[in-house]
Amino acid sequence: MNKATKGTWVEIENVVLEVGQRAPQVPKDTKNTPLIMWTKGLLIDKEAEIGQEVEVETLSGRLAKGKMTDVNPRFEHDFGKPVDVLVETGISLKKEIGGIR
Amino acid sequence: MRDLTYGAVMGRKNEIMKKAVGIDYSEFEFGKIGFDYEKMMNNVAYEMEDMIKIQKETKVGNTPLFELHNINRLINANSAEGKGGRIFIKDEAANASGSFKARRAAISVYHAQKMGYKGVIAATSGNYGAAVASQAAQRGLKCIIVQEVFDSQKKGQPEIIEKARKCEAFGAEVIQLTVGPELFYTFLKLLEETGFFNASLYTPFGIAGVETLGYEIAEQMKSMQGHYPDYVVATHAGGGNLTGTARGLIKGGAKSCKVFGASVDLKGLHMASDRDFNRKSFTTGHTGFGIPFATQPDRADVPRNAARVLRYMDRYLTVTQGEVFYVTEMLAQIEGIERGPAGNVSLAAAISLAMEVNEGEIIVVQETEYTGAGKHPMPQLTFARENGIKIYRGEIQENVPGETIVLPNQFSQINAKELDLNKMKERYIDNVTKGYKYEDLTEDDVKYLEEEIRVDRIDIEKAMNK
Repeated sequence: MNKATKGTWVEIENVVLEVGQRAPQVPKDTKNTPLIMWTKGLLIDKEAEIGQEVEVETLSGRLAKGKMTDVNPRFEHDFGKPVDVLVETGISLKKEIGGIR
Repeated sequence: MRDLTYGAVMGRKNEIMKKAVGIDYSEFEFGKIGFDYEKMMNNVAYEMEDMIKIQKETKVGNTPLFELHNINRLINANSAEGKGGRIFIKDEAANASGSFKARRAAISVYHAQKMGYKGVIAATSGNYGAAVASQAAQRGLKCIIVQEVFDSQKKGQPEIIEKARKCEAFGAEVIQLTVGPELFYTFLKLLEETGFFNASLYTPFGIAGVETLGYEIAEQMKSMQGHYPDYVVATHAGGGNLTGTARGLIKGGAKSCKVFGASVDLKGLHMASDRDFNRKSFTTGHTGFGIPFATQPDRADVPRNAARVLRYMDRYLTVTQGEVFYVTEMLAQIEGIERGPAGNVSLAAAISLAMEVNEGEIIVVQETEYTGAGKHPMPQLTFARENGIKIYRGEIQENVPGETIVLPNQFSQINAKELDLNKMKERYIDNVTKGYKYEDLTEDDVKYLEEEIRVDRIDIEKAMNK
């Protein structure tokens, strides 16, 4: 979904510091990237498309402006894939304790 | 219109902080480097009885303390004759928000409400965010959590993303940033914009909030076993967990109990590096925070950090990422409880310790944390593999942070390493006495250092003249 209407839960992006504005103590690889911030909130504009500058009201009641980067952003973290070393660890520990295997 | 450029905002740091914390730290400072830590804790924080009451109001504290019977059987089977301690674990996942951090947040948020602040802000990628959000939800305060979560490709640590979800579940605003210490700039701007309370991890409120944990351990152990624990092992990162617990143990009467710190060894990884950020599998509880915070506590987001581990830490143990994943799996597979890996750092160290102490001595692992999507060995190891980390079973010495995660083949391989506390104390002296000679220090400064890191003045003088 690329479009959102007023009241939709969206994510916005801001560049906090450009490359060249980074703090002196930051390591080189990080210095070559901008510091970017993402905020979520309810869209205030009547309608907007991803990539447009918009305004949102956040959950703490602040108004924040930025480039809209996602509409109804989904949490995609999960329980991952089965991991062989964990399966093997379980089996070997049950053997050590004199359990069922 | 206020100047919101980086330099201008950082220049207003002290002024912003004073308003957002409400503590005038200069009241406690003296001499060239000294400050009256106990006076600060006594004047600013709350009494034990009050804290227990405050925490009870918001579903915090009085968590269970279990003996880990099956793990203790393995300890017994793998220890030499006459050796083999018993491990008990304090199930802090039972607090509202699922970690001991609720104890810190409970006191901070209570105080913010009492002082009339409309909301609270915390800069944290850890469990503390959810803790503040949960407490703010209960006390009707607004809440903003600022996280460092993504690399420059917007790839985020699953563990931190889960914590963002949990904060939003409690109705908090979550602000997410790419890697870099300039998070502090965003944090200051938000404090100025909102006028909210800085629910810092490092205020006297936050640290005193953990004292109830040590206090409960002393009381519970006494009633279960008839005596205080011999050792308590606490995961160490910013220092609040260990400092608060140790103070609570003393207040609870367990004065001779040894307190050990434990961190995951992440040597070689730079905490502010865009590349290294996603090459680690622990976002807290590691040496990347543990060593700098021990040797320079006042690097925190308040002028004087109330977490000062060298006052309390008797030994500092490190474990590998592989060992922590191994014991997390062990806790599920033979003890029947699933808990988050980051909370099990101290468990890995405790198992190692248990095999070296005398038979029957009691070791308390003072925390667990909740587990869930993203915050669990499976997603964390899946993510590590996707980032090119080699994962296998073998010798724990083969663990190389950022390159490999090696889980032990068997229980007896668990073997924590010891960091030299004397070296850390020397580094502390270097850090706080920069620009001064020993002769420049006042008598009170020297007394302060003696108490702060528990060494004699001869050693302080020696270290400073090196």
